[in-house]
Amino acid sequence: MATAIDELVALPARQVARRERLRLLWHSPTFLLGLVVVAFWVLCALVGRLLVPHDPYLPDLLSRLKPPSAAHWFGTDDIGRDVFSRVIVGARGILTVAPLATLLGTVAGTSIGLVAGYFRGIVDEVLMRVVDAFLAVPVVITGMLGLVALGPSTATLILVIGFVFTPLIARTVRAAVLAEREMEYVQAGRLRKENALYMMFVEILPNVLGPVLVEFTVRLGYAIFATATLSFLGFGIQPPAADWGLNLHDQYIYLTGGLWWPVLFPALAIATLVVGVNLLADGLAQVYER
Amino acid sequence: MGRFLLRRFGLALVTLWLLSIIVFVAAHVFPGDVGRRILGPFADPAAVASLNHQLGTDQPILSQYWSWLSGAVTGHLGTSLNYRDSVASLLGRAIGNSAKLGVVAFVLVVPLGILGGIVAALNRDRFLDRFITVAGLSAAVIPEFVWAIVVIILFGVVLRVLPVTAQAPEGSGVLTQLEYLILPAIALVLVLFGYIARITRAGMIEALDADYTRTAALKGLSWATVIRRHVLRNALLPTVAVVASQTGYLIGGLVVIELIFNYPGIGYLLFTAAQKKDFPLLQGGVMFVGLVYLTATLLADIAYSLLNPRIRYGSAE
Amino acid sequence: MDSSKASNAGIARSVPPASVGEVRDSVLEVDDFRLAFQVRGRDRNAIRGVSFSVGRNDSYGLVGESGCGKSTVALAIVKYLPRNAHIQSGAIRVNGADVFQMGNAELRRLRATTVSMVYQNPGAALNPAIRVGDQVAETFRVSGSHRAEALARARAMLVKVQISDPDGVMRRYPHQLSGGMQQRVVIAMALAHNPALLILDEPTTGLDATVEAEVLDLIVALRKEFGISILLISHNLGLVARMCRRIGVLYAGRLVEEGSSDAVLSDPRHPYTVGLLRAVPRWGTSKSHGLLDTIPGLPPAIGANIPGCVFADRCGLVQDICQQQEPQLFELDGGRTSRCFFHEKAHLLPTVEAGPKIASRALAVGAPLVRVEHLSKTFRQDGHPVKGVVDVSLSIRPGEALGLVGESGSGKTTLARVLLGLTPPDAGATIDIEGKALRPQISDRPDDQIRALQMVFQNPGGSLNRRHSVRRIIGRALTRLIGLAGRAREQRILELAQSVRLDRALLDLWPVQLSGGLKQRVAIARAFAGEPRLVIADEPTSALDVSVQAAILNLLVKLQADKGVTYLFISHDLGVVRYLSDRIAVLYLGRLMEVGDAETVFQGPHHPYTEALLSAAPILKGETRERIRLHGEIPNASAPPSGCVFHTRCPRFIGDICVKEEPPLAEQEPGHFIRCHHPIEELRRMQRPAPAPATVPGEPSR
Ligand SMILES: Nc1ncnc2c1ncn2[C@@H]1O[C@H](COP(=O)(O)OP(=O)(O)OP(=O)(O)O)[C@@H](O)[C@H]1O
Ligand code: SF4
Ligand code: SF4
Ligand SMILES: [Mg+2]
Repeated sequence: MATAIDELVALPARQVARRERLRLLWHSPTFLLGLVVVAFWVLCALVGRLLVPHDPYLPDLLSRLKPPSAAHWFGTDDIGRDVFSRVIVGARGILTVAPLATLLGTVAGTSIGLVAGYFRGIVDEVLMRVVDAFLAVPVVITGMLGLVALGPSTATLILVIGFVFTPLIARTVRAAVLAEREMEYVQAGRLRKENALYMMFVEILPNVLGPVLVEFTVRLGYAIFATATLSFLGFGIQPPAADWGLNLHDQYIYLTGGLWWPVLFPALAIATLVVGVNLLADGLAQVYER
Repeated sequence: MGRFLLRRFGLALVTLWLLSIIVFVAAHVFPGDVGRRILGPFADPAAVASLNHQLGTDQPILSQYWSWLSGAVTGHLGTSLNYRDSVASLLGRAIGNSAKLGVVAFVLVVPLGILGGIVAALNRDRFLDRFITVAGLSAAVIPEFVWAIVVIILFGVVLRVLPVTAQAPEGSGVLTQLEYLILPAIALVLVLFGYIARITRAGMIEALDADYTRTAALKGLSWATVIRRHVLRNALLPTVAVVASQTGYLIGGLVVIELIFNYPGIGYLLFTAAQKKDFPLLQGGVMFVGLVYLTATLLADIAYSLLNPRIRYGSAE
Repeated sequence: MDSSKASNAGIARSVPPASVGEVRDSVLEVDDFRLAFQVRGRDRNAIRGVSFSVGRNDSYGLVGESGCGKSTVALAIVKYLPRNAHIQSGAIRVNGADVFQMGNAELRRLRATTVSMVYQNPGAALNPAIRVGDQVAETFRVSGSHRAEALARARAMLVKVQISDPDGVMRRYPHQLSGGMQQRVVIAMALAHNPALLILDEPTTGLDATVEAEVLDLIVALRKEFGISILLISHNLGLVARMCRRIGVLYAGRLVEEGSSDAVLSDPRHPYTVGLLRAVPRWGTSKSHGLLDTIPGLPPAIGANIPGCVFADRCGLVQDICQQQEPQLFELDGGRTSRCFFHEKAHLLPTVEAGPKIASRALAVGAPLVRVEHLSKTFRQDGHPVKGVVDVSLSIRPGEALGLVGESGSGKTTLARVLLGLTPPDAGATIDIEGKALRPQISDRPDDQIRALQMVFQNPGGSLNRRHSVRRIIGRALTRLIGLAGRAREQRILELAQSVRLDRALLDLWPVQLSGGLKQRVAIARAFAGEPRLVIADEPTSALDVSVQAAILNLLVKLQADKGVTYLFISHDLGVVRYLSDRIAVLYLGRLMEVGDAETVFQGPHHPYTEALLSAAPILKGETRERIRLHGEIPNASAPPSGCVFHTRCPRFIGDICVKEEPPLAEQEPGHFIRCHHPIEELRRMQRPAPAPATVPGEPSR
């Protein structure tokens, strides 16, 4: 008598698929490029102070706004600080704020999305209208309003960015939960009279973690975007930090005079970091879509 | 279809009302003592009290909200602390400038983005597709001010071909004004291109993979006809909605772009309001931005339902 | 020229396909076609050498389980393949011209004039944004007609496919038509240029049985009228056999047997075909005739490297040689072929599920287990009331299997959900279980009632949480329903797994790692965790292939025999319902039309609707009874017809009385309820008795 174990062929197939995906990931040039760039900036954020040739905070009024040279690879800024050193250590602020804010937004958004999607009806309707209201105004403007109202500081920056991301993530998670809710295992749960918390967190949540993770990587890119922009506007990371956005805020007026170096390098730093994160997210999506 | 649009309209109104609460809470409740928040910790308590009185922030919260909301509904958004002018007229003047810039950016980016998406989809998974997608999305995650700096350095400092401010001298003709708007518009285009291209590409791919496309191809139509008559028609439908939602991103971008290019639009106004803690102006400005966004999405909904027979004609059963 | 190509590819073939019958005059020749799909960077072969030909004016059916490559072959004929497909070798010739060598212009001409295709899901096959008339007309414009002329021809074509309101339909958008109507439109487009070959890929899968029957009739009629050849692709052997003169059986991308429908069906020469035939419940047979036979195991995955016979892993006749060497195509008499070394003893394939015959239970006549009275359920849709279930009164006897049949939208699932407490009924309904009232909402029901009612769902993939292991899925049910924990729970998990024949090694796996059949076993184990009194099974096998379906049906039968549980069994497949059920209830537009013993309902006299349903079912053996066809659409539940709700489609329509007066559900014979104005004797007179169960092809004498 043949037993059902004959049908076990699917087991190795799944492991093979996972291995093949990893292999593809390691052969994806965009993913690897993203990985290298992000790893570089993370390293700078962690131990940047040890890598730099000059004190990034020390003004030198005798060599103000000097163009790039052997001594100052990226030139000096308007009070004579070494731009290269400031770019290297400038990674820290943004790489603290953005991931924490994203995490905050992801946790809060996921919870709200779960509740709205699971209960539907009036709870959902109310939550989603509030979400809509938040989304009617661009993140930068809501962020500005929040930071002015609460007063700028790193903590409020994390709070405000996390807060404005919450509705975005809530909406994505809610859509995933709504789809999940139609699955028959949810009905099977009801047939056992499971309570709502169990259904939401034990049954449904594990199934929406995929979209949540994707959303997290994508949002991380935007958190960097938002942090940099708010800092550039002067509401984000506060002086005397060597933050890139903040640097640009202080230096961009010299641009019209043709003094490009104090501006270009921090700008490129921001660009490489967001693009790196974006490439990572894209690589993951590519491999998992196929 | 009427029902559908009516519902959308109702929802937009509710959203706007909720936004008013959010804005009010942010501007009146979060700061605690509004006068103190504006004047700073070392200001004379009498001055703070008098400012609070002038702003009405010494009133009970609910009556503050009521007087602000009833004013807002009738277009009276109060007086700017910074400009000492009515918020409504300040916004009115600024929106014209922003609209000019926005229109230039949209006119450039919408066709380009759609074209990019179409080209990418038609070359799916080949180099051109990967290039458009990856480059487009990478460009989209780079903040506008970074792009602004890059284009200024490139065109204004290195090549010296375009003006690096956006405001044309008083009394310039349309062409000159356009010339001044090109650089800021390019920065906006670079950010918006990726989104529009991506959505178009996704819509295209869905339509390309659809059974009806296969039906059309198997009728013996040429591939170009299949694309034109069957694919594009369905693929561009979602793009309509996305283009509208881009007004949101666009306005967000304006804050930075108008600041860098020193252009007196709504973004610049909001920025100064925030910087000077000009709460009446900030509040009014945010509400106004929300109104613009909701109107745009509502218009997109109307367009969408006009183009989509499934909504235009309900189902048979 | 191509024989050299074939031998280059190193395939031993004893019979060139062209020599099988229609040498000169074949419309389609598929010659040793091989294809691979690129998945995660590797080519994986999916079609492993398929050869067959379709004669002019002939009908050819391709059967096989899901994933065997039927659609891929069909799409290759018109060279419209997925982007990741790679043709490895072989040729496909239409009217002698090799499709793979064609340039774009030639290919377009081929598609426009020579080969047409109709596939599953007509809703998706029509462009949602273009009016039906324009879409059909476009087919004519390809050949250069002017707009007005094209529209006129389109209209004529719609008339040909028996659309009664062609002008109205032309003006509509696809989503405004029913599924059957949409498929007619697709067929109209396909026949526009009187093609030499019409490919139909599962043309009626997803349509209701009565609609399916109508569409198939239409295809037969059009084929006669136009004289086209058809290639019909389906997983349903009965359907293919009825429609086609010749059939080919596809397995894992290999054609394993070919021949005339009659010959293949009555005397299959490949063990796979034998197994397939035995796995389907034969018309009119029930569980009392014994368990169904099954095919163990799973088909090989695409890309699997198979040196020998593709079926070797699952074949009961397998010998060493089968593993090492691929069997060539054996030519048998009658223009038949089989790809099996032991084709002459294929019918000796041993049965897998031999077991004691399951005696029909002596049904207790006493108190019913579940009693439903005046159950209605009204939904609201866009502000309109829609009656899902209307005044159903029914009792389910302990230990029986009650089959619930009816077309889509007839209220089967709603009834099940109401019983389970997932959807509350309208006020006024009473539901009892073992004499105790059942609360309408599951949240109000006491634990013993929760335990008493459980369910097996249609989609085994969706009914198991894919992030929970099998052990956890079954264990949770035990914890919740009977409060087991620790050792006792583990013990019980093992027992349950044993009773559904799940190997204990599978308990630590996740659902994705299981095949559909195994998943359904897990779902069944879960449903039985709390020792339920009534198990509701809503289409439990319709997502499964026939060989797997047989195993699940057997399991359900055995569990019932062991545990004395009661079933409410919902299915659209009458053969399956007949096999499993002791009694059958027929629903139409939410109303009970007929209730009676399974045997009685099948033998007749039937309610006219039941009669039509039975008549629509595809049957393996050719048979002679009169076919009843339903015309017109299933009415909208929000505006049901007056009087007898069936009167708009009834083949036995009497007259005014049917329009004005709703007949009662009357007990016309003991235990046999029929809702019709015809007296039972009248029905008996009109309906000739159904034929006796067909003899079993390829069945070893037991
Ligand atoms: N684009 C593709 N990429 C990878 N694998 C594919 C692709 N298309 C089909 N396959 C695989 O090729 C095999 C044959 O597919 P095909 O659709 O032809 O089978 P089928 O017999 O028509 O099945 P069904 O009865 O489910 O329609 C299957 O294993 C399927 O999963
Ligand atoms: S060749 Fe061997 S394994 Fe294949 S079907 Fe025949 S007996 Fe079975
Ligand atoms: S009552 Fe009339 S319409 Fe209804 S089933 Fe009987 S004969 Fe047909
Ligand atoms: Mg198929």
